[in-house]
Amino acid sequence: MVRYVLQKLLFMIVSIFVLASATFFLMKAIPGNPFQSEKNIPPAIQERLNEAYGLNDPLGVQYLHYLNNLIHFNLGMSMKQQYVTVVDIIKTGFIYSLQIGIFAIILAIAAGVLFGLIAALNHRKFLDGFTILLAVLGVSIPSFVVAPFLQYVFGVKLRWFDVAGLNDPTDFIMPVIALSFLPAAFIARLVRSSMLEVLSADYMKTARAKGLSGRVILVRHALRNAILPVVTYIGPMTANIITGSVVIEQIFGIGGLGKFFVNSITNRDYTLIMGLTLFYAVILMLARFLTDIAYGFVDPRIKMTSRKGG
Amino acid sequence: MSKKKYGFTMISVLLALALVAVGCTPKQESGSSEGSVFRMNLATEPPSLDPAQVQDQVSATVVNGLFEGLTRKNEKGEVEPAVAKEWKISDDGKTYTFTIRDDAKWSNGDPVTAGDFEYAWKRALDPNLKPAASAYAYQLYYIKNAEAYNTAADGVTADDVGVKAVDDHTLQVELNSPTPYFLGLMSFTVFYPVHKSVKENEQWATDVSTLVSNGPFKMSEWKKNNSITIAKNDNYYAKDDIKLSKVVFSEVNDSNTELSMYQTGELDYAGMPTGLIPNEQFPTLKQNNPDEFKIQGSASIYYYLFNTTQKPYDNEKIRQALSMAISRQDIVDNVTKGEQKPAYGIVPPGIKGEKEDYRTEHPDNYFKEDVEEAKKLLAEGLKEEGLTAMPTVKVTYNTNELHQAVAEAIAEMWSKNLGIKTEVSKQEWGVFLDNRNHLNYDVARGGWGADYDDPMTFIDLFSSKSGNNNTGFANKEYDALIKEAYSTDDQAKRMEAMSKAESLVVGTRAIMPIYYYSTVYMIKPGFKGIFIDYKGDIDYNRGYYEAK
Repeated sequence: MVRYVLQKLLFMIVSIFVLASATFFLMKAIPGNPFQSEKNIPPAIQERLNEAYGLNDPLGVQYLHYLNNLIHFNLGMSMKQQYVTVVDIIKTGFIYSLQIGIFAIILAIAAGVLFGLIAALNHRKFLDGFTILLAVLGVSIPSFVVAPFLQYVFGVKLRWFDVAGLNDPTDFIMPVIALSFLPAAFIARLVRSSMLEVLSADYMKTARAKGLSGRVILVRHALRNAILPVVTYIGPMTANIITGSVVIEQIFGIGGLGKFFVNSITNRDYTLIMGLTLFYAVILMLARFLTDIAYGFVDPRIKMTSRKGG
Repeated sequence: MSKKKYGFTMISVLLALALVAVGCTPKQESGSSEGSVFRMNLATEPPSLDPAQVQDQVSATVVNGLFEGLTRKNEKGEVEPAVAKEWKISDDGKTYTFTIRDDAKWSNGDPVTAGDFEYAWKRALDPNLKPAASAYAYQLYYIKNAEAYNTAADGVTADDVGVKAVDDHTLQVELNSPTPYFLGLMSFTVFYPVHKSVKENEQWATDVSTLVSNGPFKMSEWKKNNSITIAKNDNYYAKDDIKLSKVVFSEVNDSNTELSMYQTGELDYAGMPTGLIPNEQFPTLKQNNPDEFKIQGSASIYYYLFNTTQKPYDNEKIRQALSMAISRQDIVDNVTKGEQKPAYGIVPPGIKGEKEDYRTEHPDNYFKEDVEEAKKLLAEGLKEEGLTAMPTVKVTYNTNELHQAVAEAIAEMWSKNLGIKTEVSKQEWGVFLDNRNHLNYDVARGGWGADYDDPMTFIDLFSSKSGNNNTGFANKEYDALIKEAYSTDDQAKRMEAMSKAESLVVGTRAIMPIYYYSTVYMIKPGFKGIFIDYKGDIDYNRGYYEAK
């Protein structure tokens, strides 16, 4: 177990280094600079600005400088928002994204597993068809349709909730539902298909033959096995959701992390682009790592020690 | 099916929670007893609230409430005394002496002095300003030695810059040349004073507690990346004129959401300058909310640039043909729908001329749309170039639905009227600007807004030394006319020279003007005294709420 964790950590550090380097050079390859606007700044001032942000140094020097800062956990200052550190931007944004994200994940798992179970246990009956229809809708309707729809119905027409912002607890309801829509539908489908597979497995017959009660069979034998694909999916899903959704945060006017993924590139806010990329990478890798560990608990067949680098 | 029951329980719990919460959320209302709150949308976080660093409309919208300059502009666009109670201008028009009012105070109670202005202006010009030199410092270049100091020319120090506090109440400013619109510039952010305490804390403008300001409002709450609230400044000398107790700025970057927030009463104002109303909604809103939906011209122009260094766009007749073969009225009526005005010049209406509006005194009749004439010119131009047919025209614009719609409409008109093939292509903002700056295009979209209330803010753009020319247009006569306009403060002569210059750039069609922008916004009934100025900025400082 210890060896496995160390191996994973080493792998993560190498990946982050490779990713940071690739992002750095790709980002510098796009034309433009952080000070661009319809109105060009006089060349003398542009020069001063480049100097101040170290953009006049040769690319190699800038790269080494960045790596050096990175080793000291210094992500630098935003080049667009004055005197705001990249860490501050990530912190303030992440708090919002994390808050709606966690609720959305809980809702997605709860609703997904529930609907998946209902569908599987009513295989080929009306409820199955109905939940599958819902799930197909959930997977195929994009969030930029779901979110404005919720907003229009519950915000504008019924006036139950504020249209935008996160000022009251109720303001969470619409973004959370919109955010959990797709993962919930996806999980429902995963649960349904793996449940159907598990229910027809031999050990289920054995369990029934042993005379175990329906509920024990369902929870201890069927669901525990059927949940495995969901666990695999939850890792990357979590990483995705808690780092913020561009569309949903934009529509509900939430100052989360999502918008910065796009804005930082449009603004050529180099330090912020790097910071966000690394932050996302770390979260994603951590989520994967935790998924692997969780696997060990849910599925005794998987032994940590026997897996290499996976 | 016990699982099903869990599901229903969960859903009912959620619904119940929602209903309870709805019941106990008091909605903030606009008009309350202790002054009214005005709520509008900024769409994004302002990059800086330091007057020396402001270079965008979002930051300016907040800073214009927090700070006040020597003069201010009223609803009619007239210059009024503000922090300066009076001023004297020397006979040669080059020396201004401002007298600062005795009761001007900072939000912390300190008096506002002439020295604060001297300090602020020199600070903005400081080539070593932190975190970076001011991008808009060139607006101060009218002042003697300002440019030399700002560009760190040899031997020029801050002491050489032509601004000096003679005493606490007297500020003397020396200019390079007579500048008739200088007084109007005083209400521009980079000319605002800053408190001298900022010397000790370079990050002063990023925090509510250290942001000392001298305007009608002061910083009250700042939820980073979420909202900003400014509250009435009781130390403001004319505090009795300020009726709004608070202005709340949201940062919602979605035009549909913004409109919904306005409709549900979460905003009192929606639309430009800092927000946006989706333009496909214009006709409906205009019909359903005629008292709230407003359209007003603003001093900005939307145009296409020709790359005059590129064949066949170096041929004047071909450019003229392209410019004459489109219907601007059709574009405005059917594509942009915001009652923009078709443009045949580069200076929009709303800019001051000799006595009245420049555009009224010098109408933009530099050319007319005429398809037959365009066909003739195109044939002649192609012959001169030794071409048998016009090569495919490539139109580039930055990614944006409206720009795309305009480009497609123009492509269709060229195809129908001149039989020309056009390829429209969008480019990401930074890539687009880079290509345009390096003359790496055939025809490109452009937009320009006024920096100050004088035609020069547009005319200057196409001088051969302008960093924003981007067309390759370089004309000695044009440059000479600009020089002539700069040398005198005789308004009649200046306007005449600028009008001649305008006819040159439009006549040779280095650019193809399309329309003059308009500002489209909605404001709740009851709010008075909140207005959009000539260049499309919002002024809420002396706004008030009056219930009907």
